[in-house]
Amino acid sequence: MPENAANLSAERIAYLEGLVSRARTAAAVFTQYTQEDVDRIVKAMVLAGLEQAQSLARLAIEETRLGVLEDKAIKNMVATEFVYNYVKDKRTVGAINEYPDRGITEVAEPIGVIFSLTPITNPTSTVLFKCIMAIKTRNAVIFSAHPMAWRCCQEAMRVMYERAVEHGAPEGVFTCIEAPTLEDNHYLMRHKDVSLIDATGGRSVVRAAYSSGKPALGVGPGNTPVYMEKSADLDMAVVDIITSKTFDNGTICASEQTVVIDDEIYDTVLKKFAELGAHVCNEAETKLLGRTVIDPATGRMQPMAIGQKASDIARFVGLQVPPNTKLLIAPIAGVGPAHPLSVEKLFPVLAVCRASSTDEALKLCMEVNRAGGLGHTAVVFSRNDEVVRKFGEVINAGRIIVNSPGSIGALGGVYNDMVPTFSFGCGTGGGNSTMDNVNVYHYLNIKRVARRTQAHMWFRVPNQIYFNMNAVENVRHFPSRATLIVTNPALEQMGHVDIVRRNMPVETMVRVLAIPDAEPEVKVVMQGVEALNVHKADQIIALGGGSVIDAAKIMKLKYESPDADLEELAAPFLDIRKRVVQYPTEKVNRVRLVAISTTSGTGSEVTPFAVLTDKEQGRKVTLADYSLSPDVAIVDPQFVMSMPKGLTVDTGIDCLTHALEAGVSIHASPYTDSNAMQAIRLVFRYLPIAVENPRDEEARSMMHNAACIAALAFSNASVGVNHALAHAFGARFGVAHGRANALMLPHVMAYNAAVPTKFMPSPNQRAYVAHKKYALIADLLGLGGKTVDEKVRNLITATERLLDQLCVPRSIAELGISKEDFERAVPDLAKIAFDDPSWRSNPRMPLMSELVELLWQAYRGRGAAAEGVYDEECVVAQN
Amino acid sequence: MTKNALWLKIDGAHVTRCLEDASARLETCEGEAVLDFSGVNRIDTNEVHALEEFAAKAAAASVKPVLHGVQANVYRVLMLMNLAPRFSM
Repeated sequence: MPENAANLSAERIAYLEGLVSRARTAAAVFTQYTQEDVDRIVKAMVLAGLEQAQSLARLAIEETRLGVLEDKAIKNMVATEFVYNYVKDKRTVGAINEYPDRGITEVAEPIGVIFSLTPITNPTSTVLFKCIMAIKTRNAVIFSAHPMAWRCCQEAMRVMYERAVEHGAPEGVFTCIEAPTLEDNHYLMRHKDVSLIDATGGRSVVRAAYSSGKPALGVGPGNTPVYMEKSADLDMAVVDIITSKTFDNGTICASEQTVVIDDEIYDTVLKKFAELGAHVCNEAETKLLGRTVIDPATGRMQPMAIGQKASDIARFVGLQVPPNTKLLIAPIAGVGPAHPLSVEKLFPVLAVCRASSTDEALKLCMEVNRAGGLGHTAVVFSRNDEVVRKFGEVINAGRIIVNSPGSIGALGGVYNDMVPTFSFGCGTGGGNSTMDNVNVYHYLNIKRVARRTQAHMWFRVPNQIYFNMNAVENVRHFPSRATLIVTNPALEQMGHVDIVRRNMPVETMVRVLAIPDAEPEVKVVMQGVEALNVHKADQIIALGGGSVIDAAKIMKLKYESPDADLEELAAPFLDIRKRVVQYPTEKVNRVRLVAISTTSGTGSEVTPFAVLTDKEQGRKVTLADYSLSPDVAIVDPQFVMSMPKGLTVDTGIDCLTHALEAGVSIHASPYTDSNAMQAIRLVFRYLPIAVENPRDEEARSMMHNAACIAALAFSNASVGVNHALAHAFGARFGVAHGRANALMLPHVMAYNAAVPTKFMPSPNQRAYVAHKKYALIADLLGLGGKTVDEKVRNLITATERLLDQLCVPRSIAELGISKEDFERAVPDLAKIAFDDPSWRSNPRMPLMSELVELLWQAYRGRGAAAEGVYDEECVVAQN
Repeated sequence: MTKNALWLKIDGAHVTRCLEDASARLETCEGEAVLDFSGVNRIDTNEVHALEEFAAKAAAASVKPVLHGVQANVYRVLMLMNLAPRFSM
């Protein structure tokens, strides 16, 4: 016997299994139906429900002895007509929503077999409502009605079922348990072929549904607080409350339970209630009522009072009231066990409470809400929008009904534009999975078909780039009242600053700030900002290498936006478009940044990056944002003609590495490729000449251009693993950046050319192309080779030859670093390299073990091409 | 009596009748019984039951039931009813 079959006879189990089997077959067959099929069936069912609204109401009254015939008939009509009005144009089959701009299509998937429990208070209307929802969404339902309402529910289901099948619905799509028991419910709630439990009813039913382990929509009791604020339209409010609270003798769980009334209007309101047929109880009557209709043991309403008329309740309690009394009003002084009538009362007894202020009223409403009504419904009558706003904020209710009746308002579609329902989700406050008015979308699994999107890409560069010999003359075209030239002492001594000054408009006041030729420190940057402020500068000319230009970029940032927090702006990010920390756009000052580079490597004159050293905290901060890019770049080779040989080599290799990494980056585009390829061509051709013959103007000019062009590429495509490794290694062993790059370069190229162990996720990369890009570069350089493999090998060989020609160390061992020292450093180096954002655009996603292997290859050095380390098998074996 | 493999094209408008016909011919069938479902766009609850019965009878007759040309939406119904594994496709 199954675990869930305790206390059930074999016959009963067979009966329940039969229901499930029919429902399961119907649900399976139903998956084939189209939107037109279900819409046709739903319309026919709705008409059947409307035709039978009154007779079903009569059956419900006869069986349950609760409520009002006319109101139950209206509920049946709302459950059909109003629900139909909401669902008729809704797509619930196949593609139900298209978001072409996002590439998303939402597709409806039926749930299958739903086990649905319905309440005694709204029996037939709830069945009609759930039948319509089920057909609209192509689901089958097994109903388990309240034991004291199952006959009327079965009839409601029959009306719906027969009309549905007549119009093509699958046989067995609805079934209803005859004489249902708790054991039946227990069995079906745990049945493997039941996909969802939809439990509308009391606490125990909802709790059983949620504890079954099945997905469940369990919506339960409420305790609706009402705030009647002094600005309210009192006549309307009183009529609305009487209408709502007496509707079907108060059986709708959204009906008003306790009305909190501002002191100023309290007496008037009670008088109006009395004038319209309510009986306002005195203190003794209230106590008597509380003792009688509320169970003192549980603090909950007595079942015998549910859905009864006010006059019948009064008679039962022993109150003397006129026979046409609509409502019993019980003034209470607070909320909680000492005030038994402050709980839910599904009958026409309404508690009222006086409040001396809005704050007190809100507190009382919150207490009522908490006393069994969390997440359900609340009502406010007020013409003060601020009061309504505040009420909406502090009250935990899925439906906050404004200036209208609670019960009919919460049903939706009558007094407001909420979704029509007979099942009120109460959110987590009520222990429910939803806070919505339960509707067709809760009867669907909604699938998202997500088409591949292509992230927007960009090519952002400074507005103006002037190049070739004497390009510095162009500074005269930039009017400036006050300019700060940021440079370093050596360049000032060499006369470079004088060259710049000579070319500036005569009317410009010029000041010079010579800063140390090292990665800028915060205090140096702040000196510059102070100078800019004192000088009230409108232009900065950064004359120098990467350090000087980086310093000037940060000076500009802090001058224009003094509140910019450099540490915060350096926060890591994965995608610049989605970064958490945004650079300031509001500026106190405006200043033009003209960058004149005096080295041919970093390309800082066009990049959006700046590195800052924080000596106090002993760390480097990298800033990256396109707002850091200089406004004007001047690439004038006269400033690099005297660059020392070692610096020429280091910066030249840095430039080559920028271009090679940008070329195979996952962010590479035709725009960056054109720059990367051209820079590589220029480096291979002119770097050896510039090193061999430093006064060769053409070679210097072309290398200066190459550095800038490569920077244009990597500013937009970024770099890769080579830079990540070089940063980590260079910092640890004090090796110049270009030299560190050189040690890694052939090995990283071979690594990137092999089939990756892990591909880098990127919507922009439609295929793995790094090896083909290297082959393309080999073709561009005329290196020969017939296959992609040959071409890659030839490119790596050519790169190694170039490095040899430049006489750079080709292995870490050659630097005099012992194997033992290196071995000790490798684990940290790999970790640091892995944390470096540079590799995020690398075509291969590096594993830690691969970073370690690359470091060791660089230690041993030489022969990346000859050893064929880019060979797929070899790389796989290394892993 | 000669026994042959069965190949029957199922008429989408008369699926139950075709399946009953196929069931009746299982006795004279050996090897496999192939039902060509390419003309069936949708099946209803009775047809699901008829397929269940056919699968049971084929198993009893030691005939391998094969469904040919089943459309995806019909296959989904067979999957949901755990019927798909009882047929070769």
